[in-house]
Amino acid sequence: MDREGPRRTVSRHPLLLQIFLIYYGLGQIAPLRHSALWPFLREPYWCAILALALNTSAYTAEIIRGAVQAVPAHEIEAGRACGMSGFLLRRRIIWPIALRQGLAVYGSEAILMIKATSLASIITLTELTGIAHKLISSTYRVFEIFIVTGAIYLALTFLMSTAFALFERQLHAHHAHRRA
Amino acid sequence: MTPGMFDLLGFGPQGWGLPLLQAAGITISAALCGFLLGSVFGIGGATLKLARSPVLRLIGQAYTTIFRGVPEILVVYLFYFGGSVVLTTLLNTGGFPGFYSLPSFVMGVFAVGIVSGAYQAEVYRSAYLRLDRGQIEAGASCGMSKFLLLRRIIGPQTLRFALPALGNIWQSALKETSLLSVIGLTELLRQAGTAAGSTRQPLLFYAVAAAMFLVIGRMTGAVLGRMENHLAKPWRR
Repeated sequence: MDREGPRRTVSRHPLLLQIFLIYYGLGQIAPLRHSALWPFLREPYWCAILALALNTSAYTAEIIRGAVQAVPAHEIEAGRACGMSGFLLRRRIIWPIALRQGLAVYGSEAILMIKATSLASIITLTELTGIAHKLISSTYRVFEIFIVTGAIYLALTFLMSTAFALFERQLHAHHAHRRA
Repeated sequence: MTPGMFDLLGFGPQGWGLPLLQAAGITISAALCGFLLGSVFGIGGATLKLARSPVLRLIGQAYTTIFRGVPEILVVYLFYFGGSVVLTTLLNTGGFPGFYSLPSFVMGVFAVGIVSGAYQAEVYRSAYLRLDRGQIEAGASCGMSKFLLLRRIIGPQTLRFALPALGNIWQSALKETSLLSVIGLTELLRQAGTAAGSTRQPLLFYAVAAAMFLVIGRMTGAVLGRMENHLAKPWRR
């Protein structure tokens, strides 16, 4: 239960709130305003990246934990029996197997990230959704703009999921004979 | 004299306590309406996806793919601006010139509902597929009508299988209501923004809003957990 802590707390906060907290909130801390980081934290672009990264890192930590814990004990024992330990054991046995197991879940997290970037438009970053919003409020051709923008997002997520599927297939190349 | 933190969050003349609580009420009611509307769309979507006709299946598939793949905020814009365009066109052709728009609460609830419904459709579909076919056949051979089967056997068990996943969807519906702040609904995030703007204390008010979202999420999560236990009772050994 405790190990679930960080992921749960972050995941229950709306991302938009996190973006506002960073973009508007950090400026209130005077020492930060005079620090070398301020030129970055003043920009909506870097604030959005920081919020997205914090948001996804909490999920990613959970995915990595799950994947490493799911490495079968007998594989690790076999590695130890061959005399591997420490870094070698991790590099040869634990990490490759964990990567194979965690990749599918990480792929869906990456797709969620593509969708989440749309919120950066609220803090004046003109990405895809920002431009769509500008076009909608100036032309009021809502449906045409929604269809085109939605199609671009769907194409992006499709490309992303295909890339992950290809990578996964490559990692499972030694199972190829079972698929047929 | 500048007001202290407790004056700002309290219920006094300088306090933002009452507006924030009212906004939290709007957040909860928008999330609840959206989620319930979503369960209507979800059951409809699941029925389409399980239909025999390939055309209906394709429609169901298109619905869940589009509304799960497109960012929620774009759907919010679609409903908010699209709703007023449709309404204005309809009323203008009906002989009422001018510009019309719908309240942001209604359009926001529709947007949350249709996105939530796309996710719920997947959940209901997989819950239905987990049902024991033998029980449906047994019910039918006892002479139950289609509706009675749905009420006595399919409904309760689908709900039981679906509930854990529905809990997650509820949490994301709750988070999605924060997007309704961009179409002018005074929910928790927008109210916190207003307070932050007029007091110049964004850190404080956004942190308070975050804490309130957390509390709402925890409390409703506990209620759902109880419902889950309650529905699982007949099957426990």
